Parts: sequence; C-alpha cells; structure tokens
Amino acid sequence: MIEAVDICKSFDGNQILENVSATFKTGQTNLIIGQSGSGKTVFLKTLVGLHQPDSGSVFYDARNFTSMSKKERIEARKEIGMLFQGSALFDSQTVEENVRFPLDVFTTQSLEERRDRVNACLQRVNLENVNDLFPSEISGGMQKRVAIARAIALNPRYLFCDEPNSGLDPKTAIVIDELIQEITQEYNMTTIVNTHDMNSVFAIGENIVFIYEGKKHWEGTSEDIFDSDNKALNDFIFASKFFKKIKDHR
Amino acid sequence: MAFLFHLGRYALFVREVFRRPVKHRLLLTQTIKEMDVLGISSVGIVVIISFFMGAVITLQTAYNIELPFIPKYTIGLAARDSILLEFSSTIVSLILAGKVGSHIASEIGTMRVTEQIDVLDVMGINSVGFLVLPKVLAMVFLLPFLVLISMGIGIIGGWSAGTLTGVVPSNDFIYGIQYAFIPFYIVYSLIKALVFAFLITTISGYWGYYTTGGSLEVGHSSTRAVVVSSIQILLFNLLLTQLLLA
Repeated sequence: MIEAVDICKSFDGNQILENVSATFKTGQTNLIIGQSGSGKTVFLKTLVGLHQPDSGSVFYDARNFTSMSKKERIEARKEIGMLFQGSALFDSQTVEENVRFPLDVFTTQSLEERRDRVNACLQRVNLENVNDLFPSEISGGMQKRVAIARAIALNPRYLFCDEPNSGLDPKTAIVIDELIQEITQEYNMTTIVNTHDMNSVFAIGENIVFIYEGKKHWEGTSEDIFDSDNKALNDFIFASKFFKKIKDHR
Repeated sequence: MAFLFHLGRYALFVREVFRRPVKHRLLLTQTIKEMDVLGISSVGIVVIISFFMGAVITLQTAYNIELPFIPKYTIGLAARDSILLEFSSTIVSLILAGKVGSHIASEIGTMRVTEQIDVLDVMGINSVGFLVLPKVLAMVFLLPFLVLISMGIGIIGGWSAGTLTGVVPSNDFIYGIQYAFIPFYIVYSLIKALVFAFLITTISGYWGYYTTGGSLEVGHSSTRAVVVSSIQILLFNLLLTQLLLA
C-alpha cells in the first residue's frame, strides 16, 4: 500500500500540489486522473521520489519514503518499477539489454540466469524474437511492452505508470491496460497509473483519484463516477459526446 | 549571478561523478565502450588535422624566415616545438571539444528529455556517475594517446610538406626536430591533455544533464557545451603554461 499524506509541491513560487492525500491499495490498479496541467504528473513523480515534496509524506507499506536516508532510499527503489510516458528505453541498447539492465546492476546472477529472466519477462508481455532489436526498430506498442518487461524484471512491489497509453492506437492501448492489470494481480503489486484516457478509467480503474488544479477533488471507483455530482469531475470525464451519451443512457 | 550558479552546480555535479559506482564491472564495460565511441573514433580526424597542421606550420615557418644566415634546420626545430608545445595538445583538444563535447551533451541531453535519466534515478542509480564517469575515464585515458599520435603525424606532415615543396631539405628538417630537444615538452603536453579531457567530458556532461525541454534545447546544450569547453581549454592552457613552463 502507498499512502500520500498532505503533499504540497511548488516550482518557482507556483503551487502545483496543495495538501494532496490519497491511499493506493495493493493488488489494485489505482488511477490518478486529471486534465493536462492539473498536477498529476508532479504528484506521480513525487510519489516515486523524483520530486521532493515541500511538505507532507509518502509511505510505502508504512515506511516513510520521504524521510528515508539516501542509502535507505536506494534500497527501497529496488522494489519500484516505473513505466514512462515515452517508454524511455535506452536507445543504444537492444531490447534484451534494456530488460536485463536492472538485473545487471542489482543482481549477482550469472548471464544465463539473467537471460532466462529476460526471456520470461518478455514472454509475460507477449513479446518473442525481439531480443536483438533496438527500440527504434520496434513499434510504439512493443516499446511499451518492453518497458513493462524492464519494470517487472526485479519483481517490484510497486509499479508506477505515467500515461502508458499515450501515443497508442485504441486497440494497443487496451492491450497495455489489460497487461498492467493482469501483472498487478499476478505479482500482487501496488500499481499507480497516471492517465487521462477515459477508456483506461472505465476498463481498469479500481481506485481512482481525481486531481483538479493541484488538489484532490474526488476519489472512488469507475462505477462511482456515474453517480458523482462533482462538477469538475463530470466536466472532465464526460467532456466527449460519446461518454455523455453513455451516462445519459444509464 | 548565473556564472556563480553554474559554477556551484558544476562543482556538485563533479562530486556526484566520482561517487562510488553501483558495480565496478559495469563501470569497466561502460568505460571500454566509451573509449571506442569517444576516443578510437576520433583517431581519423586527429590524424588528418595533425598532418595538415604540421605541414602548414612548416611552410609558414619556412616562408617567414627570410634571413640567409638562419640555418634551415631551424624550420624543423620551430615546427617541432610548435607542434609539441601547443598544437597537438591545445588545438586537438579544441577540435575534440567540438566533436566529443557535442556528442556527450546531445547524448545525455536526449536521455534527459526522453526520461531515460529518470529511469536511472527511479532505480536508485547515481545517474550522473553512471553516465559521465565512464566518459571521463575513457577520455582521460585516451586523449594523451591521441595527443602523442598527433605529435608524430604533425611532424610527418611537416617533413612531407617541407621536402615535397623543397623549402627544407630532409636532412635539415630531421636534424632540426632532434636539435635541443627538451623531453619535458611532451610531459607538459600530456599533462595539459589530461586536464583538457577532464574539462571536455565534465562540462559537456553538465550541460547535457541539465537540459530541459525538447530537441531545440538539446541543440542549445550541445552548443553551450562546445563553447564553454573551448573557453575553459583556452583559460586552463594559459594557467598550465604559466605553472609548468615559467
């Protein structure tokens, strides 16, 4: 479980996050949603420790991540996997080297063991015969799957995904969403997905946190959204005619 | 104020570069890879530049010595000292500041804007050390060799130009390059190469690492890296000359 308590963050005097608190449960796909510029990426990066909050704390299974020493934090980071918006694969490395990277750095396994683990992870994300290809030689959807394989290589307890569907066609986006959800349940991870894709919200959103103008405006499940009278949430979720129609038909 | 800000941040950056690496085996692998990418791939340009540089120095020296009582071997001597003291270390380093510096800044800058550095940070890897230390070690190890190659090729270029154009007989040139030879000049040049290699890699790494924005900013970082590295090479050239030759 990951718990954020009263997170505040500002850049150059601009308040981006204001007393944001949320709880993200283990074994569930937790979603952070909000408009572009609402502060959800800053929130995710603060949770993962890429930004230090001005005030407030982040707890990883009751361990205060914010106040950990540098050494403790490095240890804790080995339990974290992250999927970035643009996949963030290392351009100069092959698919196999990318997935093997965390194993090369943090384990003492033999090359054969590491290769076996790489193949297992690639199989898990339904990729085969791509080991020797470079990221530029595979499609965007495949890059996302390689990034997921790299993120799970060390069996993380916590998985963070920043806009995993960005730049993908709807069909591939669904594949990625389902993969994230399956892996979350299989590894019993605490998964936090940052998204503004409404298909993801309804498909995998088990616990949803809505950020609006740097504040948490709403929290609930994908089912609760239809019954919510939060104006900002409704304006955001049902901005398109298609989703508005779905709501009206219920 | 901006100068002090960058100076302070650069000092902290250099401290991070030398923090204990995650795995020594990985550092060794990365360093060997960087030696190939940064050093070995620069041999060609160093050879070409040094040959023509040596040739031009010899011809210019010959055409500027008009007094008949100055012996011909002076041309070889002047060309040798120019190459050993200044051209092979400083000019080659300035050229490599352009080639290697822009490569480092654009590579690290691109990694920054495509969140590849964030991946390292999330994993708890010291991204500064992981990315920059192998480059520093590779260049500090290889630049002195490149300077030695440049010295040899420069002198060959000088001899070729001198003898082919007939401005200096081969014997005179060879006598000149051996006359009053001071071995410390080579040591002095190699010391400069070590310092310049450190400056090129750390300054370029610094500008690349702190890139923000997109591809346009990567270009800006690359340009800044080359400009600042070049200025620092010239500044440290002056300081080291005063310290080592005064």
